[in-house]
Amino acid sequence: MEACDNFPMNPLYAELQWLPRTPEDFSARLKILGNSTGCLGREIQALALHALDLNQLTKLAKVIGKARLNGGALDPLVPFRLAVLSNSTIDLIVPAMVASAARHGIALDVIQPSYDQVAQEALTPDSQVNSSKPDAVLFALDYRALPFKLSLGDAESSSATIQGVIGYLQTLRYGIKTNSNAVCIFQTIAAPVESLFGSLDRALPGTLRAMIDGVNREMAEFVAGSGDVLFDVASLAETVGLADWHDPQIWNMAKVPFSDQLIPLYADHVARTVAAMRGKSRKALVLDLDNTVWGGVIGDDGLDGIKVAQGDAVGEAHLAIQRLALDLRQRGIVLAVSSKNTDEVAREPFQKHPEMLLKLEHIAVFQANWNDKATNIQAIAEELSLGADAMVFLDDNPVERGLVRKLLPQVAVPELPDEPAYYARTLVAGGYFEAVAFANEDLKRADFYQDNARRTNLQKTVGGVDAYLASLDMTITFQPFDATGRARIVQLINKSNQYNLTTRRYTDPEVTEAESDPTVFTLQVRLADIFGDNGMISVAICRPGQTGEWEIDTWLMSCRVLGRKVENMVLRETLKHAREAGIHKLIGTYLPTERNKLVVDHYAKLGFTRVAEEESGLTRWELVVGDADPEIAPMNVVSQGFVTDREKSFVWT
Amino acid sequence: MDESLIYTRLGEIFQDVFDEESIKMTSGLSAKDVEGWDSLTHIRLILTVEKAFKIKFSTSEIARLQNVGDLVSLIQARA
Repeated sequence: MEACDNFPMNPLYAELQWLPRTPEDFSARLKILGNSTGCLGREIQALALHALDLNQLTKLAKVIGKARLNGGALDPLVPFRLAVLSNSTIDLIVPAMVASAARHGIALDVIQPSYDQVAQEALTPDSQVNSSKPDAVLFALDYRALPFKLSLGDAESSSATIQGVIGYLQTLRYGIKTNSNAVCIFQTIAAPVESLFGSLDRALPGTLRAMIDGVNREMAEFVAGSGDVLFDVASLAETVGLADWHDPQIWNMAKVPFSDQLIPLYADHVARTVAAMRGKSRKALVLDLDNTVWGGVIGDDGLDGIKVAQGDAVGEAHLAIQRLALDLRQRGIVLAVSSKNTDEVAREPFQKHPEMLLKLEHIAVFQANWNDKATNIQAIAEELSLGADAMVFLDDNPVERGLVRKLLPQVAVPELPDEPAYYARTLVAGGYFEAVAFANEDLKRADFYQDNARRTNLQKTVGGVDAYLASLDMTITFQPFDATGRARIVQLINKSNQYNLTTRRYTDPEVTEAESDPTVFTLQVRLADIFGDNGMISVAICRPGQTGEWEIDTWLMSCRVLGRKVENMVLRETLKHAREAGIHKLIGTYLPTERNKLVVDHYAKLGFTRVAEEESGLTRWELVVGDADPEIAPMNVVSQGFVTDREKSFVWT
Repeated sequence: MDESLIYTRLGEIFQDVFDEESIKMTSGLSAKDVEGWDSLTHIRLILTVEKAFKIKFSTSEIARLQNVGDLVSLIQARA
């Protein structure tokens, strides 16, 4: 659902934009779940992994509750019993917590005593909370629940009030420790928006803001190292903005403690905290390179062309991701790389680009090859001896993200916005690396994994790629060169390095000449899929050779659509036109360069026969048109703008 | 906004909020007719309606609501 126009909030937080949108069939899948028995944990978690709104979370929680009631197993979700003590109405929030917990691999059971019974529940030995033996107790208290009393300008009274609040919290803790020995989760206090003086509120003792500052500071101190847990709601509220966080109308009407629009966000933060207590935080960050770690494509743009420098707006956005990755590494998160590239080309910026913050020594496993990324991430996980559920994968390309989510659903794959400046913020918003404690060993953990990582060659691939490709609903469009496409054709011809058989560069007039020469066969290729239009992604030029033969002068493709069998379809289209033109043989050439090792076997894979090889590495290939039948890829084909031979002779002779 | 359009949209919202497909939208429909329409679900219903129609009701407007007919008139006046 869209955000309310009357009250627009930053959608990254209000709509959990790091998660994929809720699928159309959510309700249908939920209904099937509601009527199933047996082990439902995986499907429940799969549904929870979307950006669910409050109603959807409520419905999912109902199904989880029903499954539990029917004795259904929720494996592999890990059980956790949480008691929530609050001064406000949390009935709307509890179902959201239960559903969000499933997102983080937790089967959450919430004990929710009656409204505003905080002290009684904590201090009475046989209270509902204490007798339920919870794993943890969340004190969901806000400033309205605590004994704050204004004492303007009076430092002594102000300090006494702060101590009074802290003393109250410690009494609650004592009650829980004595009676059920559960872990206590304390929330910091989000300050209300309404100030008394203005800026002075922060400085003057005894104002609400100054006292809340004091309480938050002291709370953090007494929780640190105690084995209890701090849940920093103050920071969460400041992140989204205090004016958006506090909604006096919904407090007045229903005693809901903060804006209803932020319930999914709050619930996810409770869930990630509980998951961190169960050791479910992620341990490794797998980075894509092109347009993620740096701007541009190293194989095409080269060392001088990629954007990764200070002073360049795009470069700085990518540097921010590198800085975040380094900071995460410092706190023990292992870094790895998964990139579709030739290994040496991908390593070059790490070794030679002076502005790169990330160096090879920071990367525990470096997988640059042309395999699909699910296979690579699986290999990274194995090398690090970590499960796929310990990995986060960051990639700007929605198709790669979709593939990994589909084939390795345990890997966390944040959605990313189009603008790279927001990549770092989005990754952090996902909370994948939430931790409730920090030990000195964490500082050394990244090195430890790195030392243990063995470099292995990929043998097995993760299955199911073809089914995934079919689900992309791809449409490939073939056209001859024309004036509309010319600028992009010229750009591709002069920029593509990796998937480029001959790397012949042509100027605009030369391309125009090929376009209007009836003896030259030209092809511009576009590809669209469910994620949108990729635009022009491939170009081919065939020139007449010996009688009845076409020489493939140029054949190139954008690496963004690698692994989708576009080349098969381009060959099929070329063969079709060759037959119509009475051509019986296609001749291909591979001209090796520093950059195009990727296509050394291009013609072999497509069924061409090698007829010559030179010392320079140049190879020549041929394919008999008549019986050639390259494998069909799952995509719709549109072929337009081609004139038939008869029309051609009419036009050109 | 067209009244029948509002009823259609409200029907979808009721389905979503009450997780129940058989609720028939009539102007006289009220809390006593629908299982699970308690004070909290009522809040969730109002919030969902506000979001869907991109409007915000005042506290007293919400307090005056007696049945679906009232809700439709309120939406009509605002959307």
